[in-house]
Amino acid sequence: MEKTMDLTLKVWRQKSANSTGTFETYGVKDVSEGSSFLEMLDTLSEDLVEKGKEPVAFDHDCREGICGSCSMTINGIPHGPEKATTACQLHMRHFHDGQTITIEPWRAKPFPVIKDLVVDRSPFDRIIQSGGFITSRAGSAVDANAIPINKATADYAMDAAACIGCGACVAACPNASAMLFTGAKASHMNSLPQGKAEKDRRTLAMVTTMDGEGFGGCTNVGECEAACPKSISLDMIAQLNRDYATAQLKNFFKPVA
Amino acid sequence: MALSGLTLVLFVMGHMLGNLQIFLGPDVINAYAYKLHHLLPSSALWAVRLVLLGTIAVHLWAAVTLTLDNRKARPHSYQEDKVVQASYSSRTMRMSGIILLAFIIFHIAHFTVRAVPGMQYESEIESKESGRLEMVKVPLVKNGEVVLKNGHEVTTFNVNDMMVAGFKVWWVSAFYIIATGLLCMHLTHGFSSMFQSVGLRNGLWRKRLDRAAHAYGWVVFLGFAIIPISVMTGLLKMDSTGGLVSQVGETAAITDSFEK
Amino acid sequence: MNLDSKIPEGPLSEKWSSHKFNMKLVNPSNRRKYSVIVVGSGLAGGAAAASLAEQGYNVSCFCYQDSPRRAHSIAAQGGINASKNYQNDGDSVHRLFYDTVKGGDYRAREANVYRLAEVSSDIIDQCVANGVPFAREYGGLLANRSFGGAQVSRTFYARGQTGQQLLLGAYSALSKQIGLGKVKMFNRHEMLDLVKVDGHAKGIIVRNMATGELTRHASDAVVLATGGYGNVFFLSTNAQGCNVTAAYRAHKRGAGMANPCYTQIHPTCIPVHGDKQSKLTLMSESLRNDGRIWAPKDAEVAAMIRKGETDPNTVAEDDRDYYLERKYPSFGNLAPRDISSRAAKEACDEGRGVASTGLGVFLDFRDAIKRDGQKTIKERYGNLFDMYQCITGDNPYETPMMIFPAVHYTMGGLWVDYNLQSTIPGMFVGGEANFSDHGANRLGASALMQGLSDGYFILPYTVGNYLGEQGVATAGKVTTEHPAFAEVEANVKARIDKFLAIGGTESPRSFHKRLGHIIWEQCGMARSKEGLEGAIKDLQALRKEFWTNLRVVGDADGINPELERAGRVADFIEFGELMCRDALMREESCGGHFRVEHQTEDGEALRDDENFAFAGVWEYMGDDVEPQLHKESLIYENVKLATRSYK
Repeated sequence: MEKTMDLTLKVWRQKSANSTGTFETYGVKDVSEGSSFLEMLDTLSEDLVEKGKEPVAFDHDCREGICGSCSMTINGIPHGPEKATTACQLHMRHFHDGQTITIEPWRAKPFPVIKDLVVDRSPFDRIIQSGGFITSRAGSAVDANAIPINKATADYAMDAAACIGCGACVAACPNASAMLFTGAKASHMNSLPQGKAEKDRRTLAMVTTMDGEGFGGCTNVGECEAACPKSISLDMIAQLNRDYATAQLKNFFKPVA
Repeated sequence: MALSGLTLVLFVMGHMLGNLQIFLGPDVINAYAYKLHHLLPSSALWAVRLVLLGTIAVHLWAAVTLTLDNRKARPHSYQEDKVVQASYSSRTMRMSGIILLAFIIFHIAHFTVRAVPGMQYESEIESKESGRLEMVKVPLVKNGEVVLKNGHEVTTFNVNDMMVAGFKVWWVSAFYIIATGLLCMHLTHGFSSMFQSVGLRNGLWRKRLDRAAHAYGWVVFLGFAIIPISVMTGLLKMDSTGGLVSQVGETAAITDSFEK
Repeated sequence: MNLDSKIPEGPLSEKWSSHKFNMKLVNPSNRRKYSVIVVGSGLAGGAAAASLAEQGYNVSCFCYQDSPRRAHSIAAQGGINASKNYQNDGDSVHRLFYDTVKGGDYRAREANVYRLAEVSSDIIDQCVANGVPFAREYGGLLANRSFGGAQVSRTFYARGQTGQQLLLGAYSALSKQIGLGKVKMFNRHEMLDLVKVDGHAKGIIVRNMATGELTRHASDAVVLATGGYGNVFFLSTNAQGCNVTAAYRAHKRGAGMANPCYTQIHPTCIPVHGDKQSKLTLMSESLRNDGRIWAPKDAEVAAMIRKGETDPNTVAEDDRDYYLERKYPSFGNLAPRDISSRAAKEACDEGRGVASTGLGVFLDFRDAIKRDGQKTIKERYGNLFDMYQCITGDNPYETPMMIFPAVHYTMGGLWVDYNLQSTIPGMFVGGEANFSDHGANRLGASALMQGLSDGYFILPYTVGNYLGEQGVATAGKVTTEHPAFAEVEANVKARIDKFLAIGGTESPRSFHKRLGHIIWEQCGMARSKEGLEGAIKDLQALRKEFWTNLRVVGDADGINPELERAGRVADFIEFGELMCRDALMREESCGGHFRVEHQTEDGEALRDDENFAFAGVWEYMGDDVEPQLHKESLIYENVKLATRSYK
């Protein structure tokens, strides 16, 4: 039989974007250690509903660690204490009976809280919209094997592309910087031959949008990498810096876009 | 941040290597100081100094802007905030930077402008009368021989004695040692970080550069801190050719440019 | 109900090209006068929205997630098929077509499947061009693997995250159009009803899930790409938000629902661990290449294992029943999904199941590790073993994995013709939401192919054709001022108010669980007449109870997960009844649909081609009126119907 535990939860409750939030303390009982963290929150929600109270709102969808919806800071660490794990894949066996767990939303100015643990991450979408794509009209593509791409490059692009856009990097960064996200998205495309044509334009546009959204600056402390559920490397930030410097230089002499 | 940092990183190393010549004897360090001050015309020397000061200003401006932006980006802080992998030095750049800035101001006032009350180190006449430290001109010695110009002995400022005198004061030494310790910390993050900021780092080189940054930081720390330590422990003493003091009055015709 | 499939004339291989030639074109300068609504932003919806916008139409795209990048296509692991024949192993458009028709147990429409196989190559080209980092060989060419028992290596993959990478490709194309202003994106918006004007789909009513606001959106055509209905089972591998509401609302507005009983149960999921579980997690099928599936021969041994009194490693060889190897010696552990799933259920029904709930069988790597060494097994399956350990806490190198089947994909959906147009003119359906390409069972790595084929290469043509046929004079003529919008919006609002007003005692989740239990038991891996008839009654009672005893806390003005679920569950309950009716009507066993009355002596599915080679399309007739069945005959001109055998 699975072991169960009783927990005390300190959860951030905020009615709406404009209201001020506060921490509420709840107890949850008989949480099985095989439950995921979100299933533990489901249990809390059911308890609250039972009492006629509103359940805790949080973003979640696939619950298998790939959609990037879930977003909560658990005991001071985005997605909780396990390395390379989303909150939905964090299992309760990593906690112990009687423990107090503090659950907060992502904290960053560009990610305002909409309700409880739900934040608005649309700035990430806007960064992509400004340049995070490789233009290829449907029907216009050449044969997929026409451009051989060496395995190392393809693997590197895949490392970058593994980003799930959850925002933990921003949440973990003491400066609420979005460099890891933007770096990963830009590096994925900038490193592939298909993405070269738009490289400079893409890099400048994405960085400009990122800055405009109000994210902080990178101080290379590396907390983003530690919090990233997909272990996206700081290399992606280095590449973004390099590509940005190059693009700026080129743009100085002759506008690239 | 990275580019101004790079300039300062290189300057720090040069400065340290220069200082360490104190262990080669007073003549060498004094000659080195003389050379530094006569390599370029006086106006150019000031230009170099201004560039260095400007670099510090840029570094500071970048740090302040970054800090303000970053504060703005997180108006609501976490109730519970845990650090996972960020190094202590990387998280304390702001504090180490602010203390270093204060130190740099003191240091320039202390040894460059020599305007710290009670530590002016150039009132050679008054000093005798007041019984305070004797900071005097000494002949410029190269390869064991006194340099002559137009038949006159070339004199130079006694940097050796200034440093020894400066570090004889325990709290000055302590401040210098602490500050260079902070510099070491600042560099262990900054040195590697600047490669990241200009995109010249990857997973493989990150480890190497981090190690290099630590090595660099420690070298700088030891290189600087050893001087006040040596003074305090008596390893470095006032210039033993202090007997030349008496000649000051006679050779005053040629003066050192930086004293003007 | 008009079920004209509009299959073009001519030989199979020329149908699509000649159809493309015969379609109406819209002058580029006129395209900007039309607007198209796309609901859903997964592979089909995202790709369709991006492609239609590229062509010049004004697109509005809606998704319930906080970003179009999170649609559940993202969770597909294995890969995407294409008949590129890059491996020179005899693949061709025809072979992919044939495999898909056969895999679907001869219940799919030939012409659609052929077209799917035909455009599969274009999909790979398109995806590579927009930056999907498919796996490569050292020579720089694309790598392929064989997947799901296929005889050729035609599956393209990006590590175990192929769905994610393909979706991000479509998302980036969509994002570009959003940035250019050609697509207006509505995140956190849920479609709650379809608006028809003069019989044509002309708009939708949506709820802004962040503010609670109801809004009307008018357009010249509506595309639904809203995914499957696997969550009718409560526990499935689907995302939490996946629901049938958009499709079911359209069904209530007159769209035929085809083959709802065709659901796919995936054999290798991690077993349920308790009553609080919200979701089932799939383990890649590739594990069956080396793992051996077994259950204890003796129910008592199984009971001891369940209680933790016996270590499965100590069960003697003779006491283990490697049932797939026993029953299907030639395919063994690689028997197709539906067959392996049913076999696991049988073992558990006999009381020989393991896992704490008794719903699990072993997938044992002991012999593989002994044969190939732990290092080799780690290289092959390391990430999957890690994932298993992360979820269950067990180390699969030391103790056998436990697996159990789970609902994974739904082949049924809204009926569409060759143009992917539903029985409501102007309403098109793409991806898992339609019924068209997989028949009664879907082959591995085909879902991604179908979603992108619909989105990139079919809908952009056929929607344009429809708009061209309507004529530019109709463009933008219907606005949200039309009384039909006010009426439908009022209905939607009334329904929401009703949810909040019932004031009962049971939560939407609780109803959902009960619904899932009924469907899983009676309309899951094995179905019987008796069980289905009982289920229909149970569901009707559940529906009544739902509408009298539901409790939705909170209000309608903002994020309210309870209210969202209430609406979805309400539709799922009605839809579940339709599923059961469909399963009851289909007196045969085919693909994912297994009727216990229709099996051979040794328990294999027994298809009835004479009487059931048709798509069963249901027409909604009213709330308490039985739906009406229509049939689209499936005519096979190019393949010979045969019995699948894996013995």
